[in-house]
Amino acid sequence: MIRDGSEPDFPIRFYIPEYLYNFYGVFCLRPSCDPSKFVADVMKEIPPSGIRRFFDLVSGLEDVISLGVGEPDFITPWHIREMCIHSLEKGQTSYTSNYGLPELRDELTRTYYRRYGLDYNPSSEILITTGVSEALDIAVRTVVNPGDEVIIVQPSYVAYMPSVILAGGKPVIVSTHRDDEFSLTAESLKPAITDKTKAIILNFPNNPTGAIMSKEGLEDIADLVVENDLFVISDEVYECLTYEGKHVPLSSLEGMKERTVMLNGFSKAYAMTGLRLGFAMGSPEIIHSMMMIHQYCMMCAPVTAQVGAIEALRHGKDEMERMVREYDRRRHFIVRGFNRIGLECCNPKGAFYAFPYIGNTGLSSSEFAERLLDEKKVVAIPGDAFGEAGEGFLRCAYAASTNDIRKALDRMEDFVDGLKQ
Amino acid sequence: MDEKIRHILEILENDARTSPEEIASFTDMSAQEVSQAIAKLEETGVIRHYKTIVDWDLVGENYVYAVIELKVTLERNQGYQAIAERIYKFPEVRSVRLLSGNYDISLTVRGKSMKDVAFFVAEKIATLDQVQSTSTHFVLKTYKEDGVILHEPETIQRLPVSF
Repeated sequence: MIRDGSEPDFPIRFYIPEYLYNFYGVFCLRPSCDPSKFVADVMKEIPPSGIRRFFDLVSGLEDVISLGVGEPDFITPWHIREMCIHSLEKGQTSYTSNYGLPELRDELTRTYYRRYGLDYNPSSEILITTGVSEALDIAVRTVVNPGDEVIIVQPSYVAYMPSVILAGGKPVIVSTHRDDEFSLTAESLKPAITDKTKAIILNFPNNPTGAIMSKEGLEDIADLVVENDLFVISDEVYECLTYEGKHVPLSSLEGMKERTVMLNGFSKAYAMTGLRLGFAMGSPEIIHSMMMIHQYCMMCAPVTAQVGAIEALRHGKDEMERMVREYDRRRHFIVRGFNRIGLECCNPKGAFYAFPYIGNTGLSSSEFAERLLDEKKVVAIPGDAFGEAGEGFLRCAYAASTNDIRKALDRMEDFVDGLKQ
Repeated sequence: MDEKIRHILEILENDARTSPEEIASFTDMSAQEVSQAIAKLEETGVIRHYKTIVDWDLVGENYVYAVIELKVTLERNQGYQAIAERIYKFPEVRSVRLLSGNYDISLTVRGKSMKDVAFFVAEKIATLDQVQSTSTHFVLKTYKEDGVILHEPETIQRLPVSF
């Protein structure tokens, strides 16, 4: 019995029956032998995701404001959804070519020629994938031999390291820093390159820092890549969400097209996350090998999403630009807000994340994020989830309504003020 | 168009009550710059008017709306403008548009009852010299007004945490 709502007057115990055991928070029937012995050794090298604990903390709480999302808060524009619905009504539900619908590849060729003057052959240099996640996995498996070193620039998206480990490669971490606004410099990249280095994974505009690369900065990197005969997997999924300056695809630089596979998708620009559609663009040799894996593990990307993507490329520019302008306004709002409440935040020029510094509060990223959720019911992702270089920072997505951002900032101000006392 | 002006107009078109301070916080302008820009936009007529979209049904004021199609004859020295002016001065008339196609002018009229609207059309509009014929269509339900959907949309649950 709880008398005053705080302390029970006797300890509450949970009795777990013999035939059950706790597996990552789920009670499962105890098996007759230990099935974990069947799990491959390589799986033990992949650290468990820290996000699961967060999920458990969030579920059950009410009045939570989440800046912890990695997806737009817009719904897919109606004209795209309507096209998907129409294709379903027509009965367009069969497999497509392994490479993806030819019309979609044609549209991509046209789009990238218009945007950057890039020239990718739709029949041999483009592969449509089930999200950028799949494209990343098969790109890494295509280029990495066991023992190859792959340079991963952190803080960055969480899937790069596991992909490299699963492919038998050896991840080598290079960090970006706040002083460089989290852009990658040739000086920090150079010492990481050895004679075993095979490839670099880049992600600009960057999740979680919002950093972008200037053309000059990219050219320095490209020089190193050519000099050391390396390959680059360039995840440019936030390409369209560039607010200051113009995005520069790595493959548009002199001599880089054949050394780069560009990974991109429709999730962020056209708010199509759950439709799972991405693509890879590169040399015919790389794209063909990626297609060999893709045809056996995926067959083809979901056809309904491919139809929607054609519509997005043909008629989605205005809606996309409207969403980008809205993100841009929220970006100003949240960055000003963080600097006002004493969480120093440099200006993120791309993606939809602010990455404020919380190191001077005396808390680690995880402590800050957990206490913020516990005490103020605001979800933000601790920076160290994106690599050690993210320690001391917090990823806050501004893909949330202005009202929610305002409320979250107020609560965070309370929280930070509370810490000072 | 200047990107800053576009931001101001998009914010105000979505919510006319947004203050210059708030608008400034969404852009890299100061509140004073925003106020000055808005004053200029009002002066030059880019910003015409600020209004509120009201769902009168919810407070029991059951207005009746009708769309009226008019065919008109033009007289010497008098264009459509003159007819439109005669018509839009009636407060019952909410909008007046010149259209291409089978008829010339389309009005939206608001009244307290169907009878009210019908009599207004019969007495004030149909009797105008230039009006050849009228055709009245009563509005049964408004789903969307000026870009605003007039019922609660279903909210979609997103995962609270994702990378």
